[in-house]
Formats: sequence, C-alpha cells, structure tokens
Amino acid sequence: MANPTQATRKLPLDGRLAGGAGVSITPAASMSRVSLRVKDKDVKAVGKALCVALPIKPKTSNMSGDQAGASRSALWIGPDEWLILDGETADISAALAKSKAVMSVVDISHRNTAILLEGKNAVDVLRAGCPQNLNDDVFPVGACSRTILGKAEVVIWRTGAVSYHVECWRSFSGYVFKFMSQAAKGL
Amino acid sequence: MLYIRCPYCEEYRPEIEFRHAGEAHIVRPTNMAEISADEMEEFLFIRENKRGIIFERWRHIHGCGRFFNCVRDAVTDQIIMTYKSGEPKPSDAEIEKAILALKEEQA
Ligand SMILES: [Zn+2]
Repeated sequence: MANPTQATRKLPLDGRLAGGAGVSITPAASMSRVSLRVKDKDVKAVGKALCVALPIKPKTSNMSGDQAGASRSALWIGPDEWLILDGETADISAALAKSKAVMSVVDISHRNTAILLEGKNAVDVLRAGCPQNLNDDVFPVGACSRTILGKAEVVIWRTGAVSYHVECWRSFSGYVFKFMSQAAKGL
Repeated sequence: MLYIRCPYCEEYRPEIEFRHAGEAHIVRPTNMAEISADEMEEFLFIRENKRGIIFERWRHIHGCGRFFNCVRDAVTDQIIMTYKSGEPKPSDAEIEKAILALKEEQA
C-alpha cells in the first residue's frame, strides 16, 4: 500500500504538451489560488493586506510584481469577486487574515489548474471556442474575464502581448487541453 | 443569438454566457406565514407572460455571476435595455426612449 505521508501531488495535466503553428500549449506549474469576495467598503483595506490592490474596473487585473505567475495577482471576476493567484508556496489566506474586514476566502489552489498559451497565434486557439471579443482594443495585456471555451467555463487572463493564462477546473481540464490542442492543429 | 449588455461588466457579451432567470420585479411577500394558499400560488407560479414589452431577470452566470434585469420585446426578441438588480423598473417614457435609440442605431 502507498504511504500517504510520502505521497506527492500530481497536477491533472502533468506531462502534456501541445501546440501548432505559432503557439505552444503547456500546463502551468502548481499555484496558490483564492476565490475572494469582499464588500465595496473593504476593498481598499483588503488590497492593502494582500499587498496588491483589488481592481474595481471590470475585466482588469493588478500584479504586485511585473511577472505573471511569479508575483501575486488579483483578477476582477465580478463586482465583489476576485481571483487571487500566487506561487505554489505563497500563503494568500495568511495575508488576508491581517485584515479585520469581513470577507469570504475560499482556497481553490487545487480545484483549478491553468494552461499557458504562448505565441503569435495563441489568441486564435482561444477564438476557436471563446465567444468573447479578444481584440487588442477590448482585451489588452492585463485584461481578464470569466467566460466559456467550448463547453467549459474558464478564466482567460492576458499576461503578455502573445501570452495567455487560462484557468479552468481540474475535473474538466483534460477537455479544455484537448480542445486547445485540436484548435492549434487547425492553425 | 442575443447580444446582451451586462450592467456589471459594462459591455455586450454573447448569450451563451448568460442564463434566463424568469420574470423580474416579483415582490416577495413579507408576511409569508399569513398569506392564503391562493396568494402563495400567485407569488410562486402566476406570471404575466405578456405579448410585447416584458421585464425579466438574467444571470451572467459564465461571467461576473450577477443577476440583473432586462427589458425585452417578446415579439421581436430584441433586448431594449438592461439594468442592475435593485434599480427601479424603467418607466414607459424611458423604454420608449431606449427603443428610439435602438432604431437610430440600426438605421
Ligand atoms: Zn457580467
């Protein structure tokens, strides 16, 4: 029998690789994630505790550093809802606990997993199944939104001119990965 | 496909991100324990289902997650306006104005 104390966590998409002309599709490394709900009046204080301001403009994000994935990020999901992302060892809940505000903090580090798209045709992989307008004028670098890809709900975050971070639930991450792989073949 | 403006996301999004959530502006009785069965039926099940301008709730379920209200023409399916939940029901004049603006946009 396996010894649970020696068990190592495996990501749902471990070892997968895909891509096509002008795009690579890779599973992101393990991360810490929090689904955060805060009332209007506490947004500023909670941002302070978090060391990254909570964005209040729809479809925008803020980062504590300048590198996506390596610094703490706050993504606007809804008028009182944010997705907080940080490196695997970061303790987001501990930072939030410094604030006295009443809020909802749900650790979703391993409910979600992420897929990274990189390359000049990355946006076309998303366009194959996302009904949202992803053009530069309405979806610039830093933009993020919860939407649909194929039949799955995802959060798309544009981390660079030609790079996207796509969050989805781990139970259907296989579907999302395959969907993207298929789309990349058609490029 | 409908193209729906989410008042919280402040932009038009495709219908597939939304879910219809029934008639809007149905007031929940505050005296639940006292009302008759007929009144309860009225509150739970009886809807206007009108031909013409209707008020309905939608939820941006695969977006910001919020419920909001919408004015739609049940004959043409055209959405006339959307507004945040909790905001008052638009007046006939306001709806008339929104219809005119839509017509101008299409002309
Ligand atoms: Zn919305």
